[in-house]
Amino acid sequence: MIIRFLTALFLTFGAVTASAQNAPLRITIDQGVIEPMPFALPNFVARDAASSEFASQVSAVILADLSNTGLFRAIPSDAFISQAVGVDMQPTFGDWQIINAQALIAGNVSTAADGRLTVDMRLWDVFGSTEVGQGVSMTTNPQNWRQVAHRIADVIYSRLTGEAPYFDSEIVFVSESGPKSNRVKRIAIMDQDGANVRFITGGDDLVLAPRFAPNGRSVLYTSYATGAPQVYLHDLATGQRRQLGGVEGMTFAPRFSPDSSHVIYSQTSGANTDIYTLDLSTQARNRLTRSPAIDTAPSYSPDGQRVVFESDQGGSQQLYIMPAGGGAAQRISFGQGLYGTPVWSPRGDKIAFTKQVNGRFHVGVMNVDGTGEQLLTASFLDEGPTWSPNGRVLMFFRETPGPLGAASLVSVDVTGRNLRYVQTPSGASDPNWSALRSN
Amino acid sequence: MKLIQIVAAAVVAVSLAACTDATDGSGGAGLGGLTSGVAPSNAVDRGSLAYFTATVGDRVFFDTASSTLNTAAQSTLNLQAQWLQQFSDRTLTLQGHADERGTREYNLALGARRAQAAFDYLVAQGVSPSRINTVSFGKERPVELCSDESCWAVNRRTVTVIAGGVGS
Repeated sequence: MIIRFLTALFLTFGAVTASAQNAPLRITIDQGVIEPMPFALPNFVARDAASSEFASQVSAVILADLSNTGLFRAIPSDAFISQAVGVDMQPTFGDWQIINAQALIAGNVSTAADGRLTVDMRLWDVFGSTEVGQGVSMTTNPQNWRQVAHRIADVIYSRLTGEAPYFDSEIVFVSESGPKSNRVKRIAIMDQDGANVRFITGGDDLVLAPRFAPNGRSVLYTSYATGAPQVYLHDLATGQRRQLGGVEGMTFAPRFSPDSSHVIYSQTSGANTDIYTLDLSTQARNRLTRSPAIDTAPSYSPDGQRVVFESDQGGSQQLYIMPAGGGAAQRISFGQGLYGTPVWSPRGDKIAFTKQVNGRFHVGVMNVDGTGEQLLTASFLDEGPTWSPNGRVLMFFRETPGPLGAASLVSVDVTGRNLRYVQTPSGASDPNWSALRSN
Repeated sequence: MKLIQIVAAAVVAVSLAACTDATDGSGGAGLGGLTSGVAPSNAVDRGSLAYFTATVGDRVFFDTASSTLNTAAQSTLNLQAQWLQQFSDRTLTLQGHADERGTREYNLALGARRAQAAFDYLVAQGVSPSRINTVSFGKERPVELCSDESCWAVNRRTVTVIAGGVGS
């Protein structure tokens, strides 16, 4: 809404030289072990007094986004020979080559008379002595400075990795407090990096497993507001929520379809738990599974054609895939142990899951046909993965054992590298990653 | 004698109402206050919630991932059914729970199975299904907090919560 992308008009003074024939500056993520790419990000230059605080804040957020991927290593600024760079001139590449910076990120921040903030950025290949892509300029209300920083970091990340961006995204999760026997749980939303936490429910009712709508306008979750678990749809613009139930028994484990038009969820009647869909425009319900077993935790494929879910119809908790309209389900998990909480990758090629084996819990990934299983984490309790919008990173929650056990959010690269705890105000569980923000 | 029992029951009911708090009925260890509510009268008030909890038994336990009622569970539910037939105006909620060794959604569904197992058994013993609600708390409300089998075994449970008492 407030941010305009102005693909820069201010390049073209340093002529593109013959060195552009060199291989482009690029870090590839699929290797097993990666030496992080060293980069230099001198504090963005403030063009006026009003911009000076924003200049260092924006620089810090970009630096943290890139460093937290584990793919890039920031060179400390006290090693810099040149300090202020800015976007108006070509940098002195020798000054950056000598400290072995492969990428150089230069920027300006300025404030217009109407108070709007403009951030300009240029990305340089230091050893190729050439610019990577075109300069970028973004203008916004000052209160959105963080989002602008994330978007600029996304541009840099995409240019250097060839991957789709993901920094400008949010996490909805359950914020936990109080003793283990009587946890207080609230639905909260924060930026992907843990900033800007806000709560969308109070602590009165037990709430579980929030899920963003792909269009970002609402959140689904399960609440005990009536005494029994029921699925609610919470409109983020109005703060209004409504129960999607009107059904007997209990409903839980909701997720949206990729086009945000349907909700898929579990409904329990007596001892039997099955998977249903609800068409949000017609309110029509459709029952997808009919086994007397527990069928739950459904997740759509990104094309909306199939659903992965967990079921104990074969005697233990395993993963299955069925057509989105219901019908014959194919089991895909065959390893030792129990499998649950499957989530389909936004790229369509992988399923992330929780695996329980030999008294430990793991987050893992497998191909859609069940081959290529890879366990990425292990602990007393790792559970409930969610994919970053570009399918490169998984976030999940980890709970420690014992009476003082507590839950934390953790992220890990899909290759299993770069395990990191995500900062939250208190205990946190059930993370769900939004799509890339569109406004 | 009968009159005395009724009076005692009324006293207990008042004191129970005063003790009612917002817990979900899983706090079986915290019922000391209820026992003392019976104390002023020497008569055993068989209709009291304290009696139900302590003498009849308000909960049954399950093996890992199971909702099968073992012999001990069936004995407890037989006593509950007798009590419910004697005090036929009482309604109840069966709360199914799981231990922490499972995923959240599966444990919700598993807790529902455990509540339903007790439901089916009580109905088979002649308790009217219209008196019984069921709900699952999955792994959300453990009573014992250690992370080994000694605690997990008592957290895999169905608790019978009588209306008007703690947690109703």
